[in-house]
Amino acid sequence: MTAVTDTSHHEDHHHGPAKGLMRWVLTTNHKDIGSMYLWFSFAMFLTGGAMAMVIRAELFQPGLQIIEPAFFNQMTTMHGLIMVFGAVMPAFVGLANWMIPMMIGAPDMALPRMNNWSFWILPFAALMLISTLFMEGGGPNFGWTFYAPLSTDFSPPSTTFFIFAIHMLGISSIMGAINIIATILNLRAPGMTMMKMPLFVWTWLITAYLLIAVMPVLAGAVTMMLMDIHFGTSFFNAGGGGDPVLFQHIFWFFGHPEVYIMILPSFGIVSAILPTFARKPLFGYTSMVYAVASIAFLSFIVWAHHMFTVGIPLVGELFFMYATMLIAVPTGVKVFNWVSTMFRGSMTFETPMLFSIAFVVLFTIGGFSGLMLSIAPADFQYHDTYFVVAHFHYVLVPGAIFAIFAAAYYWLPKWTGHMYDETLGKTHFWLSFIGMNLTFFPMHFIGLAGMPRRIPDYALQFADFNMIASIGGFMFGATQFLFLFIVIKCIRGGEKVGDNPWETDGLEWSVPSPAPYHTFTTPPDVK
Amino acid sequence: MMLLHTRALFHWITESASKLKALFFMRRGWLAGLMGAFVSSSAWADWTVNMTEGVTAVSRSIYSLHMIIFIICVVIGVLVFGVMFYSILVHRKSKGAVPQQFHESTVVEILWTTVPFLILVGMAIPATKTLIDIYNTDESEIDIKITGYQWKWQYEYVGEGVSFFSTLSTPREQIQNSRIKNPNYLLEVDEPLVLPVGKKVRFLVTAADVIHSWWVPAFAVKRDAIPGFINEAWTNIDRPGIYRGQCAELCGKDHGFMPIVVDVRSEEDYEKWLVERKESAAQERMILEEDWPMARLMTKGKQVYGKVCAACHQVNGQGMPPIFPALKGADVAVNKTRVGDHVDILMNGIKGTAMQSFANQLNEAEIAAVITYERNAWGNKTGEMVTPKEILEYKKSGKYTPDPDNKTVTPFVNTNQAGL
Repeated sequence: MTAVTDTSHHEDHHHGPAKGLMRWVLTTNHKDIGSMYLWFSFAMFLTGGAMAMVIRAELFQPGLQIIEPAFFNQMTTMHGLIMVFGAVMPAFVGLANWMIPMMIGAPDMALPRMNNWSFWILPFAALMLISTLFMEGGGPNFGWTFYAPLSTDFSPPSTTFFIFAIHMLGISSIMGAINIIATILNLRAPGMTMMKMPLFVWTWLITAYLLIAVMPVLAGAVTMMLMDIHFGTSFFNAGGGGDPVLFQHIFWFFGHPEVYIMILPSFGIVSAILPTFARKPLFGYTSMVYAVASIAFLSFIVWAHHMFTVGIPLVGELFFMYATMLIAVPTGVKVFNWVSTMFRGSMTFETPMLFSIAFVVLFTIGGFSGLMLSIAPADFQYHDTYFVVAHFHYVLVPGAIFAIFAAAYYWLPKWTGHMYDETLGKTHFWLSFIGMNLTFFPMHFIGLAGMPRRIPDYALQFADFNMIASIGGFMFGATQFLFLFIVIKCIRGGEKVGDNPWETDGLEWSVPSPAPYHTFTTPPDVK
Repeated sequence: MMLLHTRALFHWITESASKLKALFFMRRGWLAGLMGAFVSSSAWADWTVNMTEGVTAVSRSIYSLHMIIFIICVVIGVLVFGVMFYSILVHRKSKGAVPQQFHESTVVEILWTTVPFLILVGMAIPATKTLIDIYNTDESEIDIKITGYQWKWQYEYVGEGVSFFSTLSTPREQIQNSRIKNPNYLLEVDEPLVLPVGKKVRFLVTAADVIHSWWVPAFAVKRDAIPGFINEAWTNIDRPGIYRGQCAELCGKDHGFMPIVVDVRSEEDYEKWLVERKESAAQERMILEEDWPMARLMTKGKQVYGKVCAACHQVNGQGMPPIFPALKGADVAVNKTRVGDHVDILMNGIKGTAMQSFANQLNEAEIAAVITYERNAWGNKTGEMVTPKEILEYKKSGKYTPDPDNKTVTPFVNTNQAGL
């Protein structure tokens, strides 16, 4: 995924990449750092995915077959944490690093040294998090939402390492976000006004603000946990005058914007790809920007919809129900805009387009179940069942992850100078599509039928759908090695592409493919 | 009018769902064949795909909210995806489609902002009504205090003097797959909560350790059990029957193994049960007066240990260190001078750990038996015995004093202690 070979570009004679390992350790180049983020995120995707395979293997049949309940809880917890903090978020930061400077005509990120640092914190934080699995008493076993007091008074000793890892991941995210904001606000080429920016840049700008607003809140939550565990405070312990529900308020004040952090950049990616392959401008650019901004604003005032059953007062319950339902409006606008973009276009269906169309359909299904979950009385039946598991996997797998795949296929020619193997790409898409639906669709059914989430063993009436979900899960998991193969094949060779293989608009397509090590050292002219 | 339409739609949906189900069942021939290769237990499984209506007014109104919002989603989905798939089929380059260049329309933008908004307002009205109903816990006829523990439920009939624990009764062998599973596998308990039909029952939900959540789908009652706080919920059940549910909030290792069973009876049967339950509680108290020789304590102790202790400390006493320490060879369980500490821990628990206080969970005989068992099982051959009377004394004085009548303590020669 790296562009290292180019020397023909006249600006680059003096600024080629350094050689050897130190190139990667010391680099301040946005493309190098972007590549490292993407490789790291893929490694984490496989790690978190392997844990999902363990979970699905245990749930293949009722009864305990492979692992003990204590380890099962560690697997669900680590799967969630690694996918959220290790796979999805770094993948988007990687894409931002690669694409934002090229999309706005900037030579690099605004704060290149900090960029290096914010990446290099990540592998160490991730290693520390994973190492907890090998500690006495095992790793975190309280779910990725780590509700107190299960995560404080009743947690394994390794929790302290978990807290430190979360702190480091948070610092990395905050620095990444600061860098992105600084870049977008300061380094746009002349003529690139805010309302001319590609939607990927817009969505990332808003995402970065969300990150800066909520990652410190998460840091606060884990710090309070640390105090409760080691320094005798009682923030979350009713016995000492604290309140376990306070933890949930703080966590979800972070957690709800967090889920939008994982989806907003996807909106930007899909808004770039659909017009390209429909050969028609994006419908409703301005309303798209406002919709993303409204979604971001609403994300701050809906957190307690994760807590409808904790016993908040009726008035609070009603407020959070109405506010949550309201999110359907801007989200609907986005979906309608995407469909209108496709309507009366002239479409072709290359791999990025396939992933993007699947994104629109399946993300909308996840949105529908989200709307159902927002109805507070109905949530009393859905809450903490597999219906919720189905819901958030529908927004995260075909939402975030399919969009990342779409982005990778879309920009691989720009990154490598080669076209990826279209047949293999389409195979990857269809296997992922079928595997993903086979895994998560039946979860709606078993959730409505009454299966709680986070259980290692289940009653017999859930057996058939669980087996189908497991088969789908193994299929989806195995398919991802194909993606790895396709990417490596594309880096090593393939049909050479020109500057603009998709014949579309955007500054990134005005530079050669592969993109030279330095681009836009002199700002381009934006009409 | 609108309501009538939705009713008709429900009917249609339910009908189609059952047709679909029939279709699934027909196909089960080959599906089951395919799966038979992996599993035999799928014989009990079914293909339920929807929420059940339940047996209370609230559960029915939640069910109809669920169906209305579901139908709204289906209709919107059909429209939006319809346009999309039409475009995908017709407006493709391979069919010579020429791209249009339109890219905005204020009219449609306003339309597709306001129409969804109005639909949502329409949806919010019935949802608000149901929610207000759920929150109205006034005028209950029966109050039940529910306390979640790792990993069991305690039910207390407030003002009746009846209180008991309800734990999973599925045998370990079934969970470990060495025996065929019951039809109610993991959804069965030793003693269910018994309730009458047609009475407003208020639940006061709390927890003793971590957060749990008490959920019975048929009543549509799900309330988090939070240590230090009491949440209210209520139900009024239409039909007698056995209703099953599970803990719905991750509460540690055995979260999946703390089911809820509610046995709903007619009013007369309920009253009869309550009287009997009070009598048996009185009888339990009589047990203290009986003679408790070593052998009886050991038998009772093994039984209690298996029920309440083995989940953490394991049947073989080896625990799962460091969170659940071993009892086999543990100083507190083998050191003769620490009998008092052993009793203390059982009675009061250890703050900040999963070790709970059993003073109110077990009766005196059970506590004495389980301590005796722990001090003599798995090679912990102290030969010491703790009697129910001593525990009763502990409850009064707050500290352990050996009973002079407890003969077994002194003469027993311990052969296993030399090395320790």
